[in-house]
Amino acid sequence: MIRIGIDVGGTNTDAVVMEGQRVIASFKATTSPDVTTGVREALTGALKQSGVAAGSVAVVALGTTHFTNAVVQRRDLAPTAAVRLGLPATQALPPMVDWPPDLRDAIGNHAYFAHGGHEFDGRAITPLDPAELRKIAKDIVKKKIRTIAISSVFSPVNPEVERQAGEIFAAAAPGAHITLSSDIGRIGLLERENAAIMNACLRDLSRAVMGAFREALESTGVSGRFFLTQNDGTLMDARFAERFPVLTFASGPTNSMRGAAFLSGVQDGIVIDVGGTTTDVGSLHKGFPRQATVAVEIGGVRTNFRMPDVFSIGLGGGSLVVEEKPGGAVTVGPRSVGYRLTTDALIFGGKTLTTSDIIVAAGRADFGDRSKVAHLSPALIAKTRARIMEMAQNAVERSRLSPEPLPVVVVGGGSILLDAKIGDLDVMKPNHFACANAVGAAIAQVSGEVDRIYMLSKMKREDALADAKQKATDAAVAAGARADSVAIVDVEDVPLAYIPGNATRVRVKAVGELAL
Amino acid sequence: MRQLDRQDLMDLAVGAAFLGTGGGGDPYIGRLMVQAAMDEGKTVVILDPSEVPDDALVIPTAMMGAPTVLVEKIPSGDEAVASLRKLEAYLGRKAFATMPIECGGINSTIPLVVGALTGLPVVDADGMGRAFPELQMETFSVLGVRGSPMVVTNEYGDSALIEAHDDKFMEWLSRGVAIRMGGAAYIAEYSMSGADVKRTAVPNTISLGVRIGRCLREAKKSHKSPIESLLRMLPETLYSYGRVIWRGKVIDVKRETKMGWALGFAKIEGVEEWKGVMEIQIQNENLIARVDGKVCAIVPDLICVMEAETAEPITTEYLRYGQRVVVVAVAVPPIMRTPEALEVFGPKGFRIDEPYTPIEQLA
Repeated sequence: MIRIGIDVGGTNTDAVVMEGQRVIASFKATTSPDVTTGVREALTGALKQSGVAAGSVAVVALGTTHFTNAVVQRRDLAPTAAVRLGLPATQALPPMVDWPPDLRDAIGNHAYFAHGGHEFDGRAITPLDPAELRKIAKDIVKKKIRTIAISSVFSPVNPEVERQAGEIFAAAAPGAHITLSSDIGRIGLLERENAAIMNACLRDLSRAVMGAFREALESTGVSGRFFLTQNDGTLMDARFAERFPVLTFASGPTNSMRGAAFLSGVQDGIVIDVGGTTTDVGSLHKGFPRQATVAVEIGGVRTNFRMPDVFSIGLGGGSLVVEEKPGGAVTVGPRSVGYRLTTDALIFGGKTLTTSDIIVAAGRADFGDRSKVAHLSPALIAKTRARIMEMAQNAVERSRLSPEPLPVVVVGGGSILLDAKIGDLDVMKPNHFACANAVGAAIAQVSGEVDRIYMLSKMKREDALADAKQKATDAAVAAGARADSVAIVDVEDVPLAYIPGNATRVRVKAVGELAL
Repeated sequence: MRQLDRQDLMDLAVGAAFLGTGGGGDPYIGRLMVQAAMDEGKTVVILDPSEVPDDALVIPTAMMGAPTVLVEKIPSGDEAVASLRKLEAYLGRKAFATMPIECGGINSTIPLVVGALTGLPVVDADGMGRAFPELQMETFSVLGVRGSPMVVTNEYGDSALIEAHDDKFMEWLSRGVAIRMGGAAYIAEYSMSGADVKRTAVPNTISLGVRIGRCLREAKKSHKSPIESLLRMLPETLYSYGRVIWRGKVIDVKRETKMGWALGFAKIEGVEEWKGVMEIQIQNENLIARVDGKVCAIVPDLICVMEAETAEPITTEYLRYGQRVVVVAVAVPPIMRTPEALEVFGPKGFRIDEPYTPIEQLA
């Protein structure tokens, strides 16, 4: 079976063609402003190199940091209204309270409190007030806001008022994108609400970007099943992904780490993924990224997704190199020329000094026009390289939680920046290292999920959990997982005290390797 | 007297989660509330118990209810202040200071919110030395300070004044009120003199929380083992002994919100030399840890579940299937281990049919 993995990063778009466990071609293109061109170029390049016909591709798995980058860089975010149902409770901490102020400002800081919400036992805190919601909707329309996130106290226990409020807003603000917190998150109002608001502010972008992806696939004649990878490293249907762009958030680091483990054979170690704009550092445990345990911050916002514990720094192949004064200290990043590397960097005839220029001038890599950086002083080159290694070492030290030596696997297009040793640790670069993310997407797992209510008055909790686990496992196998590889990764039961019969909502997620 | 800054607050949130032994509610919410007050230019000042005049009136403030409720139903903000003001009115006296009743979890921060909003100083001491699920489980109560009169307030400003013949009955009455208020309510109780604070409180537990948070943060920064650093630091405090009692992976968590508490258990499958499955019984806090029926640590000694590598304390509501964890047990101060204290918040206080054995003797 032929699978294609695509990674759309801020700087590069990579594609790999895999047959079974083998990478048969990999191709690196530049991410284009319209997204489509870059994807098409990478796809066409990889297919041509592999000799595989576009029509024989069974699965396309695409990972993208596009949505994460939009939040991190505060761009392309739609002004969003955050409506929370729960008055008079929850006023102490309004929506977006713990957000970085610049991100809050980027989406307009439109927070509304309204009545509604439930107590833990399903009683209403106060009834929903349709007139109050219509008044808020009027204000939202007046401000020309077209995306709305709705959260409600205890909506994982009872999502009803969020749905009703959603209908009221849909009627009062026709065409608005509406995200309900109960569709995304679990218990924990602030974290769930944060995820809903971020999802909402990405909806306009997701429609445009997903359209661009589809256009690229169609124009190259690739017709296999189309998936996106989500933050836990499993695949989701592309149509679902369009509605829930927030679920792609950590897919970039997950894919690069899974790809690095696959390509290098390293099961326990540190992975450094150097891209064009940022470097992500995380650790591998038995071939999987180590998960962050408590709350994970994205762009400075706390969420409760399952995500790999990754530390990011603003260092990449497109990072700007600035000498504060002639002969003085050098700053590297966090600003980057991004996908404009091939026009703006000195080696490509541009006017901006980047890390790539320094590495080419040092003779550590050969691309672009080396004569255009011949004038750079050896002192500047040495200082910049020392600064780059210092940044990498600091990031590795942060992810390294014991003094024992661990293998360091370096992947990503920007990995030419790094020397063969980081501190006392040896660095390895596996084959196809530049396209590890795309490989990670191609080998992404499939999942099966169960979310249903069991009446514990009629069965024991153990039996209910066992039943849910079996159903999730079956669902994963039905979605294409190899039966012997399926493992349960998440179990949660929330008792619904308001329903007679000792009802409990059970959620189980099982994942497995795609049968190849 | 010392003014708390933002870094102290961040450290306290971590230290209080540790002292919460799984319960007490996520200090994150309380920390944000104090930060919001600081953003408005308000300040928080803590006082050593020795700085409180013997005849001064101290009114402790707190949240009561289930932590699983708190992470959803965030307070309106002035509930605890309203309780304090109503208790002042009832007593006919103004408070000199407020104080925590509990140094673990969110209740390490609620008095700081009250302090910031009212300008009252906060006494650096508490009556639990950790987190406990019931209001009579206080060194204050054990040593003769009465819990009631007490005021319970909700987000509407509804309130109940409770006078009870003993503190256990106060707990029972107020719990019913708190459940009807939605499972989380805000209280003022155990009003006492400065002399009683010095006689009955576990001293310097706010600063202990700050110190624990700082110790973990600094260890991580210098790549030392945070857990080892913490265990080395504890003997310098009243909490003089601690050790790792388990390492493993969470394989089952059961929680339910029942009778106003988060009840349940966690099962942790051992790794490396830790063979078997540890079961931790939970009533808001971690009460007893057993492996194959054998007791490894028991209340009131602290049983803290921490993330295996980063050493972040994990509260009950964030315990999840698949987490890699380390379980640490810590001895509580002598004031909490007297026969009278154990009668109230030892195993018997939780209807656990096991004798109390200090963690030092369970090796």
